[in-house]
Amino acid sequence: MKRIPILILIPILILTLAACAPELPKAGMPTPIEGGGQPIPPKETPAEAPTKAHEATEVTLVTHDSFDASEEVLQRFTEETGIKIDILKAGDAGEMLNTLLLSKDAPLGDVVFGIDNTFLSRALAGDLFVPYQAPALADIPDKFKLDPENHLLPMDYGYVTLNYDIKWFEEHDVAPPKDIEDLIKPEYKGLTVVENPASSSPGLAFMLITVWRYGDKGEYTFLDYWRDLKKNDVLVTDGWSDAYFGQFTAGSGGEGDRPIVVSYATSPAAEVFFNNLPEPPTASVNTPGNSFEQVEFVGILAKSKKQEAARKLVDFLLSPTFQEDIPTHMWVYPANSKADVGDLFRKWAEVPQEPAQLAPDEIAAHREQWIEAWTDVMLRE
Amino acid sequence: MREIFIRIGEPLLVALTLSIYEFMSLTRTQRWLLAAIPLIFLGLFFVYPILSIFKISLFPEGRFDAASLRALWEKPYYLRVIWFTIWQAALSTLGALALGLPAAYLFAKFRFPGKKLLRALVTLPFVMPTVVVAVAFIALIGPRGLVNQGLMALFGLEKPPIQLLHTLGIILLAHVFYNTSVVIRMVGGFWANLDPRLEAAAAVLGAGPWQRARHITLPLLFPAILAAGLLAYLFNFTSFGVILILGGPKYATIEVEIYRTAVRLFNLPVAAALSILQMGFTLAMMAVYTRLQRRMTAPIEFQSVRRTQRPLKTTGEKLLAVGIFTTLAVFLLSPLLALVIQSFQTDEGLGLAFYRALFVNRTGSIFFVTPIEAARNSLAFALVTILFSIIIALPAAYLLSEPDRRRFSLSRLLDPLFMLPLGTSAVTLGFGYIVALNRPPLNLRASLIIVPIAHTLIAFPFVLRSILPVLRGMNPHLREAAQVLGANTVRVLRHIDLPILRRSLLVGVVFAFTISMGEFSASLLVTRPQFPTLPVAIYRLLGQPGRFNFGQAVAMSVILMAVTAVGYVIIENLRYGDIEEF
Repeated sequence: MKRIPILILIPILILTLAACAPELPKAGMPTPIEGGGQPIPPKETPAEAPTKAHEATEVTLVTHDSFDASEEVLQRFTEETGIKIDILKAGDAGEMLNTLLLSKDAPLGDVVFGIDNTFLSRALAGDLFVPYQAPALADIPDKFKLDPENHLLPMDYGYVTLNYDIKWFEEHDVAPPKDIEDLIKPEYKGLTVVENPASSSPGLAFMLITVWRYGDKGEYTFLDYWRDLKKNDVLVTDGWSDAYFGQFTAGSGGEGDRPIVVSYATSPAAEVFFNNLPEPPTASVNTPGNSFEQVEFVGILAKSKKQEAARKLVDFLLSPTFQEDIPTHMWVYPANSKADVGDLFRKWAEVPQEPAQLAPDEIAAHREQWIEAWTDVMLRE
Repeated sequence: MREIFIRIGEPLLVALTLSIYEFMSLTRTQRWLLAAIPLIFLGLFFVYPILSIFKISLFPEGRFDAASLRALWEKPYYLRVIWFTIWQAALSTLGALALGLPAAYLFAKFRFPGKKLLRALVTLPFVMPTVVVAVAFIALIGPRGLVNQGLMALFGLEKPPIQLLHTLGIILLAHVFYNTSVVIRMVGGFWANLDPRLEAAAAVLGAGPWQRARHITLPLLFPAILAAGLLAYLFNFTSFGVILILGGPKYATIEVEIYRTAVRLFNLPVAAALSILQMGFTLAMMAVYTRLQRRMTAPIEFQSVRRTQRPLKTTGEKLLAVGIFTTLAVFLLSPLLALVIQSFQTDEGLGLAFYRALFVNRTGSIFFVTPIEAARNSLAFALVTILFSIIIALPAAYLLSEPDRRRFSLSRLLDPLFMLPLGTSAVTLGFGYIVALNRPPLNLRASLIIVPIAHTLIAFPFVLRSILPVLRGMNPHLREAAQVLGANTVRVLRHIDLPILRRSLLVGVVFAFTISMGEFSASLLVTRPQFPTLPVAIYRLLGQPGRFNFGQAVAMSVILMAVTAVGYVIIENLRYGDIEEF
């Protein structure tokens, strides 16, 4: 008699558990277990339940792990439009783009933020986005509009550049680096940590600076620069966190022993902000030709069935309201020139002069080849 | 906590007990029906997604695309990667066994004060995110770490004598750090219930300690050692974070190469081919394991720990214990201690500033989470993972433990399949989910339930491997004897099977819990940031500059350790009704 119930019970148990993901409240989250028992409303999927645009009550933003914003600012969008924002994070920019391409026909969301100029061409070639002539484009400088058809609209920009530990250079009586050329000089031996361009976005950006400076053909190519850097005992780490917190002298508790790191032009400002300091312990190298400009874009997925709501969200993300929230959350500069960057950025996050200029097409055409060549020289020779 | 525990733990154990009772009295057809649970789960959440991504990768336009695979045999580099993956995993596993077996002996044979605490502590490494472990190692043995500074001061050296970062040495150290607990727990748990009278009898017959170990203890322990070694090996074989962050960019395992090829070079065909290779090797390992395992398993008399364990008595035993404690402290506990110290070390001296800051949402961020909420989310995912793992592992274990007399049986085929998720690239599976689980009713790509499902894929093999040696070794005569003496099936199970199983099951549950708390597969999924877990919160803090963010990340890691340790203690004290401690 007991036999049947348990045989039936276990599959049922699995099924109910599989079905009973909790609702998704924005704050004050109960644990999924406690919320168990209530099946979630079936998720709207474009294929099955086409929602008319003006009826959309929720819009899904797919973004990378670094996305951040104030709760209060996002709330304002919901108040103005009645539309809730559901956020999905799909890894870093590269992982996110792959996910988007693999889910092209059954998209995960409606709006995508976080594709940058190094991935732009690949994203456009994948035919993922619909063009949108957002009114806010009028306030965005033309130099950021790298997609003339506006499938992808510039949302923010930042600079990858060298950071150094001010105190270390004072104590050791060495002049702080002024140029990437300095890094291959004997007095800078063993002082630098960089990220692997094959796995890290700032790492790739820094390699692109060297490609722009030295080219990939001729007598002294970017690979020759890297060979010199390798001779000068450069340390390569996998990602930004282990470079900055693990190896950089000013990054953590002081266990690192490298006073120069590849980071962002805004990192000193972030140091001031997060540590409540009167002035930054680090400085960025902002001289001409020593930084790489990263522009991040927002776009509407072509297969989204909520085009109207998606356009509203893009308008909001490009509006000064949201744009002024960007600096202290994502540590990049807002693309909308009407947005105020705030005192912290004005004082401590100077925009570097004459960043490296590499067209997205050129990056897309050579990215793999450059990374492979770099890997061969730095790690396999 | 207690409430959740009662709500989940009690019905779970009731269901568990019932299912075991039921299983024993099922007909053959009914057993197969039950066996369908693990098969359906694996089919839906493992085989189907993997095959889908392989199809897209290798047959992009419906045809097999051989040209894109050329790089595989044209570059000797790939051969080097494969070879490195194999031998570093073997070395790491030997290291974990060397460190873990003596400790397992100590935990299995002796009672001593603080044993439970120590056992919880040595399991903690398993839960730590790699970035944090890297930081702990650097704090300890980095160029400006404690050890080097101490040695430099002591011997008046100019340069730090230990330079391990980005070397093979630190990869091995980290793998041993992560995997020793697998050996201690799995072998120790099994060892504790071995009947000591067998050894005693051998001693009476004149066998020396070496002979006893070689001819009695080791053969009896072999299934457990093999199981622990296999799990450790597969973990090292698919190692990712340790290789990238501690080993540095020079070293690559097949797993690292798959990630690099798929995500950075967008070369899905080569990534798929490497994945198949990796899975093929895992299957081969499993085939060897299964053969050895079946040959070595003998029916064993199990004994209650009350009869197998005794206090440390002689000086020799005490010295041995001190030696083992010291080794464990150096290899497993010192990095954790370094983290605890760092979490209190603020610029103004020792203090709670980092912990306090964890409760303040300075930027008003939508992703801010207090440690309490994050811990709650982590625990919720972990409980669901434990539940899933048991529901899947139990029928699977009974299926595999059935004595089979035929040369080819389904259970022989299934044994490797059940382990395959451990030896499968997380990136491949993650992409598989994106392409396969995209339609209702399986549109789970971005649902919350996919998180414990992914954790369960990694966790249930641990539960399975923990209980299988016991189930297989269980002496059928014991059960028969009880029946002859008039005990009904229920009483047999209650007094014979369940007490023995309980202990090994709890070992499995500890690992399922740990795997989920440490979010082994977090990176492969599309995440819902509204439900940040402790590891997610740690990664978020490590994503932005500032010494204070770093300090908070370390403090959050210490909280992760504490919550996990409390979890261990609760799990180990889990009791149901009058089932006795075995």
